[in-house]
Amino acid sequence: MAGLELLSDQGFRIDGRRPHELRKIECRLGVFRQADGSAYIEQGNTKVLAAVYGPHEVRGRRGKALHDKVVINCQYSMATFSTGERKRRPRGDRKSQEMTMHLQQTFNAAILTTLYPRSQIDIFVEDLFETTSIVDFNHFEESFGGAEVIVATLPRSDQIIFLEMNGRLHEDHLTAVMDRAIAGCKDVYHIVDRVVREHVSERSAAIGSEINNG
Amino acid sequence: MLTSKIFVKKTKRGGVMKVVREHYLRDDITCGSKLCCICEHTTSKQPLEESPFSRSSLCPRAHYLLPDTNVVLHQIDVIEDPVVTNVIILQTVLDEVRHRSIPAYKRLKDMLANPDKHFYTFCNEFNKNTYIEREPGESVNNRNDRAIRQAANWYSQHIKSVNIVLITDDNENRSKATKMGLEAYTVHEYIKSLKDAGSLLDRLANPLSRITIQGGKVLFPEHLPLSEIQRGIRSGKYLQGTFFASRENYLEANISVENRDSMVFIQGMINLNRSVDGDIVAIEMLPEEKWSCPSSLVLVDREEQQTEEDDIDDSEREVKNLVPKELRQPTGRVIGIIKRNWRQYCGVLQPSLLKESTRHLFVPAEKKIAKIRIETRQAEGLSNKRIIVAIDSWPRTSRYPLGHFVRELGMDLQKRIDLRHLDICSVDPPGCTDIDDALHCRRLENGNFEVGVHIADVSHFIRPNTALDKEAASRGTTVYLCDQRIDMVPELLSSNLCSLRSNVERFAFSVIWEMSENAKILNTKYMKSIIFSRASLTYAEAQMMIDDTSRQDTVTVSLRHLNRLAKILKKQRIQNGALCLASTEVRFYVDSETHDPIDVQVKELRETNSMVEEFMLLANISVAEKIKSEFPNSSCLRRHPAPPPSNFEPLIKAAASKNLKLDASSGKALSDSLDKAIFPENPFFNTMLRIMTTRCMMQAVYFCSGMLPEEEYQHYGLATPIYTHFTSPIRRYSDIIVHRLLAVCIGADASYPELLDKHRTQVLCNNLNYRHKMAQYAGRASVNLHTQLFFKTRVQDENGYVLFVKKNALQVLIPKYGLEGTLFLNTPDKGVGSIFKYNEEENTQSAGEVVFRVFDPLTVQLSIDRSNVQHLKLSVRLVHPYIPGFSVPPAREGQTTEGTEPPSKKKKV
Repeated sequence: MAGLELLSDQGFRIDGRRPHELRKIECRLGVFRQADGSAYIEQGNTKVLAAVYGPHEVRGRRGKALHDKVVINCQYSMATFSTGERKRRPRGDRKSQEMTMHLQQTFNAAILTTLYPRSQIDIFVEDLFETTSIVDFNHFEESFGGAEVIVATLPRSDQIIFLEMNGRLHEDHLTAVMDRAIAGCKDVYHIVDRVVREHVSERSAAIGSEINNG
Repeated sequence: MLTSKIFVKKTKRGGVMKVVREHYLRDDITCGSKLCCICEHTTSKQPLEESPFSRSSLCPRAHYLLPDTNVVLHQIDVIEDPVVTNVIILQTVLDEVRHRSIPAYKRLKDMLANPDKHFYTFCNEFNKNTYIEREPGESVNNRNDRAIRQAANWYSQHIKSVNIVLITDDNENRSKATKMGLEAYTVHEYIKSLKDAGSLLDRLANPLSRITIQGGKVLFPEHLPLSEIQRGIRSGKYLQGTFFASRENYLEANISVENRDSMVFIQGMINLNRSVDGDIVAIEMLPEEKWSCPSSLVLVDREEQQTEEDDIDDSEREVKNLVPKELRQPTGRVIGIIKRNWRQYCGVLQPSLLKESTRHLFVPAEKKIAKIRIETRQAEGLSNKRIIVAIDSWPRTSRYPLGHFVRELGMDLQKRIDLRHLDICSVDPPGCTDIDDALHCRRLENGNFEVGVHIADVSHFIRPNTALDKEAASRGTTVYLCDQRIDMVPELLSSNLCSLRSNVERFAFSVIWEMSENAKILNTKYMKSIIFSRASLTYAEAQMMIDDTSRQDTVTVSLRHLNRLAKILKKQRIQNGALCLASTEVRFYVDSETHDPIDVQVKELRETNSMVEEFMLLANISVAEKIKSEFPNSSCLRRHPAPPPSNFEPLIKAAASKNLKLDASSGKALSDSLDKAIFPENPFFNTMLRIMTTRCMMQAVYFCSGMLPEEEYQHYGLATPIYTHFTSPIRRYSDIIVHRLLAVCIGADASYPELLDKHRTQVLCNNLNYRHKMAQYAGRASVNLHTQLFFKTRVQDENGYVLFVKKNALQVLIPKYGLEGTLFLNTPDKGVGSIFKYNEEENTQSAGEVVFRVFDPLTVQLSIDRSNVQHLKLSVRLVHPYIPGFSVPPAREGQTTEGTEPPSKKKKV
C-alpha cells in the first residue's frame, strides 16, 4: 500500500504518462564520422549512442570467422557518469554483459547474416544516461509489480525476435501484455522509421547537390 | 495530446545522489465538472455537480470546496459526513495524505470512489497549467501550498459560474490566497456557517488544538524540539523508548528502551508529561536519589466533571515519599515526544453533572489510555453508548488530551439479510449450550419449499490472526468428555454470543435452498443473516412435536416439512451408495454431587437426529462445491478415502461364517449387501455387521484442495465427490476457515493472505486432523473411565454377542452399555494349557461341545478386576453357556464387589 503505485486511480503513471504512452523519443543519425553507421537515440532520460562498423574482414583471431554467415560482435557499455553514483567499470559487469547478450541475440535474428559470410559486423552501444524511471522497454506495467517483459519484433513481419521476462506473471495476462508490448514496439518503429526516412532523404539531397555542384 | 517536458528533481539521501525523474505535463487533464464546456470530457468522469447546493451562509453562492492537506488529514471525520459534497481533491493533497497517514488515505480513497459524495481528484501535478516548480530556497510545504493556490486560481478562472472555496487552516496560506482574489476560509469558519451543522461541529478536530487558550495555566513542561532530542540521544543524554502506561495506576508508566534489559520507570503526572500509551518518547534519567518504584496502589483517575479547572494537585505533581534504596528502580522523565502513536479509541462518556455543558470527558475502554476531553452537544444521546474518539492534541495547559467525537458504535447490520421474521428453531441433544445450527422450512407461493440451514456466525467474532483465532486454530476442536466440555473458543462466545439460542437475536451464516416437493434442489443461496430462533428443542422434544397431531403451530409444521424432506434426501443418499454405519454411543447419568455415574444408556436415535443430520450434510456438500469452484487451490475440504479391499477381509470372513456373501467391491454394493444381511432370529446381527464395517474404514481427513488431484476429494462413506465441514464452527476450527472462504465467495468479508496460501492451509489441516484424533481418544478414554467408575461397585450379568474371535480371547459386545469387553479364554492361573481350541480356518473357539462363533449370543458377568491397583480394568467372565472349570456362577441381584473380594485385598485398594 505504502509502496510504489504503478498506476494511480486517475489512470496516470508516476511520471504523468497514461499506461500505453511511450516516453518521448528523439533520434538522430550519422553522429559519428568514422563509423559506417551511427545513431543517437533518446527515450525520455535514456540516452544511447550506437555505432556500427562493417561488414569487414574478421579482426583478431581468424578462427572466429564463420564460413556461412557474418559474425556479429556487440558491446554494450555504460558511461561512467550515466548513473546516480559514478561507475567504476563501464563494461564487463553483470548488467552490461546481460545487455550485450540481448543485443547479440536480437541482431543475430534481425540481420540476414548469410549475406556476408566470413566477415564481421561490430555494434557498439554506449549508454550515456541511465534513467531511474520505473519501466523502460515495456509500456504496460499495469498493476504488475515486478513483472517485466522485454520484447523486440521485426515490425514488417510482426515476428518476435527477442523475448525476455523477469518476475512472475500470470499466464492469463501474458497475451494481453505481449499485445501491448508489440504495439509499443510498433510505435517506436514508426518514430524511428520516420527519422530514418528523413535522414536518408536529407542525405540523398545533399549528395545530389554535391554531384550537381561537382 | 501530449506536451512533454523533462525536468530535474534532486533529492539528497545520505550522500549526495542525483535522482532524475521524467515528468510529463499534459493538456488533456479535465476539471471534472459537469459545468465545464472547455475541457474535452470524452472518457474522464465528471463527478462535480452542475449546481451544487450551498448550505453555507458564508458562501451562499454555489461552490466547490478545495481543502488543503492538513484539513483533509485532521478533519477527515467531518469531510466524511454526507453533508460535505462537491470537493476537489488535488493530486498534491492526495499524495501528501498518502505519505503522512495510510488510514486517512484509505478513507479518502473510499470517499473518492463514492458517487454520492461528488469528489473529484484533479491531477494538478500533471497539468501543464497548474504545475509549478519549486523555487530555490522554498520548502516543500510552501511549494505545495503554492501549488494548491495555483490550482485553485486555475479553477476559478476555468469555471466562472461556480465559486471555488479554498479551505485551509494555515493563516499564511489563507492570506496569500485572499490576496490573489481567491475565496479562502478555515474549516471552523466554513463548518460553522453551514445550516444545521450541529453534530458536525462536534466532529471537528478540537479547535483548542489550534488556538491556545489565553491565560490558561501551564501545567506541563514543554516538549523539546526534535532536533534537540536527536542531538541529546546521540550524545547519550536522552534515551529513546516506547511508552507503556501502567494498567493499575494512571500516574505510572514504563519505558522500554532499545538495547536495555530493564524498563525505565516513570512516575507522576509531570514526569509522564503528556505521553500516551504506545508513543515513542525521549526520556532523561533522573539522578539516583530521586529514583522510585511502583507504588502498590491501584489509582484510578477519578476527577469529577465539575472541577472544570484543569489542575494537577500536589499528590500528582511530586512523589513525596522517599523509596528505600533497595527497592529503587531506574527512573526517568519524559522530555519530548518523537512519534505519537495515537489512534482512535473506544470508550464511554463520563457522566457529567451539568447537562448543558458541551465539554465532556471521555473514558477509554483501555485503562492504559488517559481520559480525553471532547466537545459535544449531543452528550445526552451518547450517554449510554459506546463511542469512538480521536485525540487531536495535548497542549501544555490541559490536564487531558483534547480530542473529538468520531462516531458511535452499534450493531453492524448493513450487510446482513434480516431473517428475524422466519420461524427458525434449533434441535440438539439435551443439555447442549453451544448451538451451532438452526433450521427452518416454509412453503413458497409457487408450491416449492424454502429450506434454510442457519449456522452460528463465528467468523464474525473470531477475526483472522487475533489471539483468539490463533488459540482456536491450535486447539482445533472442542473436546467432549462424559461430564464436561473443553471449549475451542471462550465460553462467552461458545455458549452465548455465537450460540443460536432461542428468543434472542443472533448473527448467522445461512444456506437457503429452494426445493421441490420431492426434495430436488432448485437453487441455493448463501448469506450472512440475523435470525431470531423461536425455540431450542431437544431431539426428543422435536420428535414429540412432530408426532403430536394436535399441534399445528408454525414451528411444528416447519419441522414436519423438514422431516419429510429429510427422509427423501436420506433415501436418495443411500441409493447413491452412502453407507449407514453403526457405532454405539453411550450416555452416562452422573450424580450431581459425587460425580459418580448412576446409570448408563445407549444414546437413542430418533427420526429427528437423522433429520438434522441430513440437512447438515446437504449444507456441507453445497458449501464445499461453492468454495471449491471459487478457490480451487485453497479450499479446506474433508475427504474419506475408499479403504483398500484387504481391509474388508475379516468382515467378509465373518459374514461367510453365517453363510452370507458380502460384496465390498464398491460403496454401493457394500451398502446394498449390508441391507440384505438380516437374520430374523438375531435382530442385533445387522448392527454388529455395521459396527464391524466401521472398523474396516479409513480415517476421514481435512485437506487443502490444491494439494491433491480432484479424484481424491471423494468422501467414501457419504458417497459424495466433495465434502467439507461448515455446520459446527463453534466446536471445529475447520468450519471457521470454511466460513471465511464462503464469506469471501459471496463478498461479505475480505480475504487475507494466509487464507489463500495452500501450504498454510495444508499445515493447518494437518494440525486439525491430529487434534481431531486426539479429541476422539480423549473422549473414548473418558467413556472408559466412567465405565469403570460405574462398575466399581457392581457385578452384573449381561447379554452379549461375540464380535471377534481371537486366538486367546473373544471380543464381546454388550449392547445395553454399548461397550466392548475382552473375554480371555486362557486364564493364566488355570494351569498350563487352555481348554479352548482355536480353529483358524473357521474362526472358532471350542471347548468340549461348546463352540463360539462370531455373532453368537452369550451371557457374561461384568466387574472390575482389581488385581493391579495401578491399572484397574473391566473384567468379563463367562456365565452362559456353561463350561465347567471356566464359567462363573451368575451374579445375585444387587451383588456388590465388596462381597466377592477377600478382605485382605480390599484393604489394599
